[in-house]
Amino acid sequence: MLKSVFIILLYQLIGELFQKFFGLSIPGPVIGLVLLLLTLLLIQKRQRVVPIKEDLFNSAEILLNYLPLLFIPVGVGVVMHLSLLEVNLASVVLVIILGTLSTLALKGYIMEKILRKKTLDD
Amino acid sequence: MIDQDKLYSIWVYLQAEPLFWLALTIGSYLIADMAYKKSNLFPLLNPVAMSVLIVSLILILFNIKYKRYFDGAKFIHFLLGPATVALSIPIYKNWNLIISNSKAILISLILGSTFAILITYTLSLYLELPKELIMSLLPRNVTAPIAMGISEIIGGIPSLTAIITILTGVVGASLGVFVFDVMKLKNMDARGFSLGLTSHGIGTARAMSRNKNAGVYAAVGMGLSGLLTSILVPLFLKII
Repeated sequence: MLKSVFIILLYQLIGELFQKFFGLSIPGPVIGLVLLLLTLLLIQKRQRVVPIKEDLFNSAEILLNYLPLLFIPVGVGVVMHLSLLEVNLASVVLVIILGTLSTLALKGYIMEKILRKKTLDD
Repeated sequence: MIDQDKLYSIWVYLQAEPLFWLALTIGSYLIADMAYKKSNLFPLLNPVAMSVLIVSLILILFNIKYKRYFDGAKFIHFLLGPATVALSIPIYKNWNLIISNSKAILISLILGSTFAILITYTLSLYLELPKELIMSLLPRNVTAPIAMGISEIIGGIPSLTAIITILTGVVGASLGVFVFDVMKLKNMDARGFSLGLTSHGIGTARAMSRNKNAGVYAAVGMGLSGLLTSILVPLFLKII
């Protein structure tokens, strides 16, 4: 457990340093995500066994199981911006509903078209 | 008789300690999660939205500064970064699935994520929303930890982004099936992937409860779109 926690923290740390050093506009933890993924794929490609694999999978699963809990503290920060939200509430809700439904429709359509073509090709 | 002064001094003590705020946050989440599961995962009873509501109401009722709450709750908040790194694991586990459908996934990922940013931006401009609100809205289609990170970098308000992201998830999860039915989309993988791309964790949970395979696609879509969007949004802002 401790080893996998260390690995995850280490990759986040490297990601954050990377972001600061190169002044990137991608969040540090996302860079950590990419680096960890690349590491795992590289190890797999060389047909080596990922050390502490089970351990890492378990820790990741625990963290991701509680993912929703983790953004409550920032979410509550909405109390500081209630007036901004109140003035624009109708517009914000409209953007969310229209934007989400149209995006869902487009993505589903593209994906289905390509998958169907692929099945026909096969 | 209850000693008023003593009660007051206990209250003062509780407010200053992280313990109380941590317990309140986790407690609210447990209650909200229980209600959500009892309701058979009814999207409108989203546990995060409900917990945020409970905690916010308590802060407002007792006139407590957000900073004071966050000083305690930041220990939970800290885990957000490691959880984002951990998102690499589901992508890694499903790597073969991604490779075997790489064309379909890449095309709908790139077109879909670009469209999501464009439509949000266009609608927000049309409705004349203030800039900080537009910046808070732009990353809304990806999982909250990544969306909040993007929002902070581009000058949005991360807490608004968190709420907006959850709403996006709720709208997708509750109305997505309806949209797919109207469009007569039958492919479960396509439905799942689209839900994961657009409505991230909440859409993924929804897809998972309907169809296991659609759920896997949704999880992959959520991770990949988080990655791509954190590159696309800053790039988009540089171009315009």
